[in-house]
Amino acid sequence: MAHRKSLNDAPERLPLSESRALAHQFDDSLQQRDAATFGFWIFLTTEIMFFGGLFAGYVVYRNIYTDAFAEASRHLDIFWGTVNTAVLLFSSLTMALAVQSAQLGKQMRLVALLASTFLLGSVFLVIKFSEYAEKFREHLVPGISFALSGPHAAHAQIFFVLYFVMTGLHALHMIVGLVLIAVLIVMALTDSFSPEYHTPVETIGLYWHFVDVVWVFLFPILYLVDRSS
Amino acid sequence: MTHQADSTGRYLVTFLALMVLLALTVAASFIHLGRLNWLAALSVSTVKTLLIAYYFMHLRTTSRLTWMAAVAGCVMLVILTALILTDSWTRSWLS
Amino acid sequence: MTATTHPLPENYLNTAYGWRSWLLTTDHKRVALLYLISITLFFFLGGFFALLIRLELLTPAGDFVQAETYNKLFTMHGLIMIFFFLIPSIPSVLGNFLIPLMIGARDLAFPRVNLLSWYIYVIGGTFTLTAIVTGGVDTGWTFYTPYSSTYANSNVILTALGVFITGFSSILTGLNFIVTIHKMRAPGMVWFRLPLFVWAHYATSIIMILGTPVLAISIALIGIERIFHVGIFDPAIGGDPLLFQHLFWFYSHPAVYIMVLPAMGVVSELITCFSRKRIFGYSFIAFSSIAIAVLGFLVWGHHMFVSGQSPFAGVAFSMLSFLVAIPSGIKVFNWMATLYKGSISYDAPMLYALGFIGLFTIGGLTGLFLATLAVDVHMHDTYFVIAHFHYIMVGGAVMAYFGGIHFWWPKITGRLYPEGWARLAALVVFVGFNLTFFPQFLLGYLGMPRRYHAYPEEFQVWNVMSTAGASILGIGYLIPMIYLLWSLRYGRAAPSNPWDARGLEWQTASPPPTDNFETTPVVSNDPYDYGAPEKSERRAGEVAIV
Repeated sequence: MAHRKSLNDAPERLPLSESRALAHQFDDSLQQRDAATFGFWIFLTTEIMFFGGLFAGYVVYRNIYTDAFAEASRHLDIFWGTVNTAVLLFSSLTMALAVQSAQLGKQMRLVALLASTFLLGSVFLVIKFSEYAEKFREHLVPGISFALSGPHAAHAQIFFVLYFVMTGLHALHMIVGLVLIAVLIVMALTDSFSPEYHTPVETIGLYWHFVDVVWVFLFPILYLVDRSS
Repeated sequence: MTHQADSTGRYLVTFLALMVLLALTVAASFIHLGRLNWLAALSVSTVKTLLIAYYFMHLRTTSRLTWMAAVAGCVMLVILTALILTDSWTRSWLS
Repeated sequence: MTATTHPLPENYLNTAYGWRSWLLTTDHKRVALLYLISITLFFFLGGFFALLIRLELLTPAGDFVQAETYNKLFTMHGLIMIFFFLIPSIPSVLGNFLIPLMIGARDLAFPRVNLLSWYIYVIGGTFTLTAIVTGGVDTGWTFYTPYSSTYANSNVILTALGVFITGFSSILTGLNFIVTIHKMRAPGMVWFRLPLFVWAHYATSIIMILGTPVLAISIALIGIERIFHVGIFDPAIGGDPLLFQHLFWFYSHPAVYIMVLPAMGVVSELITCFSRKRIFGYSFIAFSSIAIAVLGFLVWGHHMFVSGQSPFAGVAFSMLSFLVAIPSGIKVFNWMATLYKGSISYDAPMLYALGFIGLFTIGGLTGLFLATLAVDVHMHDTYFVIAHFHYIMVGGAVMAYFGGIHFWWPKITGRLYPEGWARLAALVVFVGFNLTFFPQFLLGYLGMPRRYHAYPEEFQVWNVMSTAGASILGIGYLIPMIYLLWSLRYGRAAPSNPWDARGLEWQTASPPPTDNFETTPVVSNDPYDYGAPEKSERRAGEVAIV
């Protein structure tokens, strides 16, 4: 990378490992790290708004079609939903510990925890897709195969559209997350990270936790509308 | 911001708290709370989110400016939902 | 007289040549030029559709194109002008070029993300162009359901994909600007020493970040409903078409502030420079930009007064819409106060800025008519609305864009444009614009609906006037294309500060070196310290408030 720094930079302030990773527009690695973290949180804010449109739609329809939503929600498998939530929460733990490993410079621990996160994320997706397959068998997939009877059938279809779109969008984000974690594993194995520089691990960690948070809201609003009857 | 690593214990405790809250939210759905059901679920989810954001996502040690970015998104969501509801709740009032 | 008599010092233009140095650049100034070329192409494409629309409307009968074709013309005119010209114009060209310079930085915070945003823009634009040449889309740029989701037979999905993709270009630009302005300011460049251009873009970026994703999801939902033939807007299963409008306008109303806030930022710079006077009410203008960004998110329902929205919600949105006019009014008052007793010169950029003030005021005031619920019942979907938003978008934003292009042209290209021709073009644009759009206020008042290719006889005289104006306006836009291109080769070489303006961008060479400054500037004086020397001798950090 060409570094055309200004004349009043003091290059001797930067250890070699840092200056190699310092982009030319930044004055020091702290500014670079700050910018990366702040920038990534702004990106997460856009993701909040992106999912948010769907949540707003959900709130509106649940408000109008309360009973239909309650009944439709009971068609979802609460056991696997709970298991999936636990799996994702656990993967957030392993991810947080992976970031900690990078901060401490423990490369092998980092790789192991990233791999665990990857594994747990994959388990989530396997369970999710088998749930989808189940819904297909039960003819509860709007637009493809939907056959529900009863007074709430039409409005239940809205619930299921929201279910598939919201969990589908979430699953898409999970897949992207898995790809990013795989990239991190490769980078970690090639010694790209150090206690001074591990920004990609931190930012992808943030991404992963965000995807978890989305599920933390999706789970109750889709699976737990009303299980009391 | 400083990047001294948090202790493993802190992360483990946070995780355990999250699991307890998960059990709580599932159990609550089996209790007939009627109109308050959504409030209970939303509250638990919010607490879980705060734990994840504060500890796992390091908001505890991140600048207030970055907090603002996250808060802004949530505030906007509330505005979006609330103003849409002012329409959908009152649509039948004149009919 | 060219500048080739002695070799130019190294600058961002001559530092490297060849395709790859442009298409793989991370220099914010080169990315700005990439955007400049792309949006200019879209501007003329959108203008071409406008020309066809005005040709049809010369006669009352629908005799130039068929109704379905006409629907496609106004749809594509709107889509192109809004998403591919106006929204990126000032931020992606002038903002990209100037923000690092104005804050004393070497580049934006994320130069590669900047380049990525241009590529995303181009990819989205390509999808939309493909949709246009393979049959077009006729839903109106507003994509209302259930027509767009169920009944339309045109290229809705392709167009929606193009707009969806381009939205991310906007998001990445906004993200880059926010981080840059927070984290990359030179020493001494505190918030209240920032040029108002930067404040304006900061506010714009907030809107881009918070609003665009909601547009993206609402368009994605239309795509899903079209593909799977069922969706959450589908009335057959209890869906509410109005929900789409809520989600759509949640973005698309703030989007108009994305278009006008940067323009106001440009105007602040121009007014102060060409009045040779410190801007009046700096902090009022700065805070009003933020206020517009925030309040702009609370008013979207005023687009839906007659769509079936509850009248109670209508009242709420109407009152909030009145509120959002206040910060805009504050800006206009502050600009007027800056002009008062200023030493005014009428260079082309100033002509555009003055035009902005007058035309934006008219556009803004007519917005109040439309925000008034009872009046809007009659005005909605008439030419009154069209005139209102064109006064702001064209009379306002486009004029400010041209003003900014002229003002910073010497900095960007190292060349001076011919001032005489530029003033002429500005006047032609002003005359042409008013002749095009003022009659449309009258047409709307008289009841002519929008999006109709045929109309009753009694409206013809105003329509003819409008079309005549449009041709003059078109000429007014073509003239700068010619002399600006001419100046690239034959224009006089520009000094670093041809206007004797204030601001860090004028303290480096024209064109600037790749890293913008020889050494990182240290800022100790207030912005806009024009005027008498004693007025600018203030303590560091002190700002002229009111």
